[in-house]
Order: sequence, then structure tokens, then C-alpha cells
Amino acid sequence: MQKLGEFKLPHFFNYPPYFTLQPVRDTREKQIQLWKELILDYCKIQKLFVIALEEEFPLFTNTVTERSLTNEAREAFLSALVSEGRAEWMDKGHRKCLILWHRIQDWADILLQFAKDNGLEDGVVTIEEIRFGTESQGTELHGIDRTILNRALKLLEQKGKLVVFKGTSTDDEGIKFSV
Amino acid sequence: MAGNSLPPVNLTDNGRPVLLPNEIECFFLSGVDLLCEDEPNSWFPHLKSGLLILTTHRLLWLPDTAVASSSSASAVHLSSISHIFPNKKSLKSVFASRRIRFQVSPETGSRSVVVTVVVRGKGDFDAFVAKFWENWRGRAWEESEKVASSSSNAVAGAGSASSGSGIYSSDGTVRMVGVSGILRKEQEMWESTDKSLQDAFQDLNALMSKAKEMVMLAEKMRLKLLSGSNSQTNTTNDEEMGSKEEMQELLLSVGIISPVTKESAGALYHQQLSRQLADFVKVPLERSGGIINLIDIYCLFNRARGTELISPDDLLQACSLWEKFDVPIVLRKFDSGVMVIQNKSHSDEEVFTKIKALVMKPDALRAGISPSDAARTLGVAPAMAKEHLLSAESKGILCRDVSPDGFRFYINLFPEIDRDDVYLVKDQGIYPSWVRAIPALG
Repeated sequence: MQKLGEFKLPHFFNYPPYFTLQPVRDTREKQIQLWKELILDYCKIQKLFVIALEEEFPLFTNTVTERSLTNEAREAFLSALVSEGRAEWMDKGHRKCLILWHRIQDWADILLQFAKDNGLEDGVVTIEEIRFGTESQGTELHGIDRTILNRALKLLEQKGKLVVFKGTSTDDEGIKFSV
Repeated sequence: MAGNSLPPVNLTDNGRPVLLPNEIECFFLSGVDLLCEDEPNSWFPHLKSGLLILTTHRLLWLPDTAVASSSSASAVHLSSISHIFPNKKSLKSVFASRRIRFQVSPETGSRSVVVTVVVRGKGDFDAFVAKFWENWRGRAWEESEKVASSSSNAVAGAGSASSGSGIYSSDGTVRMVGVSGILRKEQEMWESTDKSLQDAFQDLNALMSKAKEMVMLAEKMRLKLLSGSNSQTNTTNDEEMGSKEEMQELLLSVGIISPVTKESAGALYHQQLSRQLADFVKVPLERSGGIINLIDIYCLFNRARGTELISPDDLLQACSLWEKFDVPIVLRKFDSGVMVIQNKSHSDEEVFTKIKALVMKPDALRAGISPSDAARTLGVAPAMAKEHLLSAESKGILCRDVSPDGFRFYINLFPEIDRDDVYLVKDQGIYPSWVRAIPALG
């Protein structure tokens, strides 16, 4: 089985038409569907959170079949993700896309679970610790994208599950849970 | 002073010499003396400073009109010249006037004398001498005599056409002189060529006269048809109408212009055209595998017609009329806008089946197919094959692959892939066949 990093590529990744944006509606719908799944799965495994259209993205090129997605195709697939709420455009020019292979709500749940698992229901923890601390190692939180984390925190703050407070520097930003 | 026994030259009112039949003037020299230095000389006059005209028959000497001369226009017939002396160039001749001598005998029987032509005026003397020799040797008067004797028999008693002035010579033919003479010679040549051509075209004329008969026959039929179609009274004339239609078709096929013009019976014209087109299309359609581009038919049809070309509009109208008749062909428009003519029996399903079979072959599974590959299998033109591939694509049978390698088509795998388990490949089906064919996945 072919791999791209840690990610197992499905067979149809080597199907040349997979890399050509199909004109026939039904065919295109299926194609978009498959690409959406593929992008989310790939980003999850590889822990990627942002796709920049102008940069090389390994998933969009198949070196075996020598096919590459056109810009038009890339935008089409990412826009489909955005429409589904599984991604967000980070700029008006649609050059950068934030991939939500977990929805923000899911991340919030993961955070709460993390707090529970580590006895932080009333505790305090820094952002830094959440992202790169020893407790988070092995969890999905480890290495989480800053933007996404902030969004999740905001969501939880609104629900009253925690409070974010700033420290003397950005690295000192902390959270006080009140689960 | 010698007597003048030279035959005179008749002059016209304008001073032009009257020429003999077929006599043509060849050379003019001015300031010419003709004199005889022999002693005794009883008959050759001393002609001083006149105009010398060399013709095909004679040497004419005309007195210079500006100078009062006692001599009159005289002629020396070339036949009376027995010898021309070669021109000896000597020191003396360089300084003296140019001259040439010849020996001449009179008609009367007196002794022959040597005459000198002294050229004091300007003129190409050498050319004159050359022409003199040529004409003297040419003996053009002998031919004239033959002609004269034969035609005079035919023209005997034809009237006293004066041999003097006037454009008609004694034998009734138009006299042409000088440049006209040359032109006449050309004319004669053309006439003889023409005659031989005429002989060659005997058969063609016979053919043409037959064709005239054919055209007259067609004309009669045309009138009959016209009178018949005008009096469309009752339906019992159906049989007649049928045969009349047949006649029209016959006429059309022979290539004769249809009796009805486009203006007088617009619909009928298109009907006829429509039928004619349907007949014509049969052969090209077969040759191109049952489907042919409309543009190709337009070109082929007009080329076959030669004249009476039809406009694209006419063609379209004619094709659209096929629905009304019972013809086995239809006009079809593809999504891409391409218009084709195809057999009614043409089945898209059949084509799709063939395409599916082609695209499931191991090579095609690996690398797809191009329009040319399809063209070869389907037996149609590549442009037509592409249309078929595109319509198969729109039906979900194929998928396109656009790359720097070109435009290719593959079997459509997308429906076979399970969206909930993208890694799943069943045992049977198109997807597993495809997977098996790809070495990279093995």
C-alpha cells in the first residue's frame, strides 16, 4: 500500500481521472466527496491544520501517476470543505485554509475530557502546557494549532466552562477550568 | 537613250503601285538608280533616283514624286532575271554607292543585259540584297500562277473584275498586301489547323447534337410536368403525381435542372433537395462508419454537384425535412454543438457497449484511451469518436483525464468506490479489475 508520510493512500489515489476536475455533475459530486474525506484524514494523521494554496501540498500531487491538482480543483475541494463546516478560509483571497478535521465543538469536548483526565476541573494550566506539555503528549491536543485552540477556548469560555487569562507574555497565557 | 521595254507599273490615284495577285511588298529603298551600262542597249531604260520596291514577284521602280522625271514607273519581273551577281566588296565599293548587278532578259526577245542597282539613299542594303536573293529563288509567282489558273476556271465568266485598282483581284479573292499579306498567311495557317481540329471533333459534335436532343426531350417533359402540376384538380391524379415525382427525381439525378425553381416552389425545392441529399449521403455515411460530420457532407455534396451549389441553410433545411419522409437517416446535434448525420439504425447503446469493452482492456485500464484509439475501434473519424466518448462521459460511463500527455478517457470508477470505506476493494467488479491491472498497486 502506498503511503504519504504516515498516511495510507487508498487505491484510487492512482486513478488518473481522480486528479482531473470532472465536468459531469454526478461524477464530480462523488469525486469531491472522496477528496474531502481524503484531505481530512490526511491532515488528521499528519497533524496538519493549515493548507496554503500557493505552497506545495503533498496530497495534491501524485508522483507515481505524475498528476497534480490544478488550482481550480484545489479551490473547489477546499471550498466544499468550507461549505460543510470542516474548514475555514483564513483570508479573503482564499489563499490559506484552516482545516478542521475536528470541529471546534469537538476540540472543545476534547479539551474538557483532557481537563477531566488530568484532574484539572478546578485547576489552572498554561496554553503552552496544553499544546506541548507532557500531559498532552499522546493526545490529539499535542501540537494543536494555536488558532484552533483559541477558538475552542473561546467557545468554552462562552459556555462558562473556563476562563482565559493573560500572563506577562503570550506563553504565560493560562486557563482556569471550572467544569 | 535606250527605249523602255519594261512592263509598266500601274499606280493608284494615290501613287501606290497596283500589285499582282498574291504579290507582297518586301523592301523599300529610296534614291535608287537602275541603269544598264551594256552597249548596245536597246530596251532597258535609265531610271534615275527613284523608289525601289522589292516584292515577292517583281522589282518596282517608281519615280520620285518630288522630282520631275521623264521616266515612268517600271517593273522588272523577277522571273526575267537570269542571274544575280554576287556582291564583291572592294576598296572601291567602300567609297562608292552600294550597288548590285543582275542579268535580265526582256519579254520581247532582245538580248539580255546586265543591270546595276545603285543605291544612293539610306537603307539596309545588305538586308535588301538578302531579300532579293530570297525572293528571286522563292519564285512566288509560280505558285500564284497555279492558283490563278485553277481559280480562274471556277470564276470563269464571273464578271470583269478589273485587275487594276480596287481591293478585289481578278480571281475574286480579296487582295491583301504588305502587312495584310502576312496576316493573311497567318489566317490560312489557322484555317488549316481549324479544319484538322474540326475533323477531330466530329464525334463531339455528334455527341452535342444528341445532347441537344436530350435537352429538348427534357424540355418537353418539363413543360408537361409544369402543366400537370398546375392543374392539381382531384386526388385520382395521385398515380399521375407519383410518376411525375419519379420523373422529377430522374431529371434531378441525370443532373438536369429541376423543373421547379426555388422561387416558384420553395418547399418543393427543399423536398427534392432533401431526397437527393438522402440518396447522396448513403455512400459517404457507410464509408465513415455510420456517422458523419455535417460539415463534411456539405463539402462532399457541393463538390459532387459542381455547379448549382447549395447554401448551408439549404442543407440544414433539407436535413430537417427528413423527419417528414421515411428516410433511414437523421440529423443529430451533440451537446458540444457538433452536428452529424447518422443512420436511424445507429444505436448509441451499441457504441457505448463497444466503448466499455475497449476501456476495460488491461492497456486501457492502465493508460486510458484517446479519441484516436476509439476511432480505430469504432471505425469512425476521430472527431466523431470524441463526440461518442464525450456522450459516454456524460452518461457516467467514462471519466476524463486531462494532463500534459493529452486528453484521455478511463472507465468511471467513482461509483465503485465505497465512500464509507475508501480502502475497501471487493472481489468482483470493475474496481478490483482495475486494481489488478495497475502494477503500482500490486
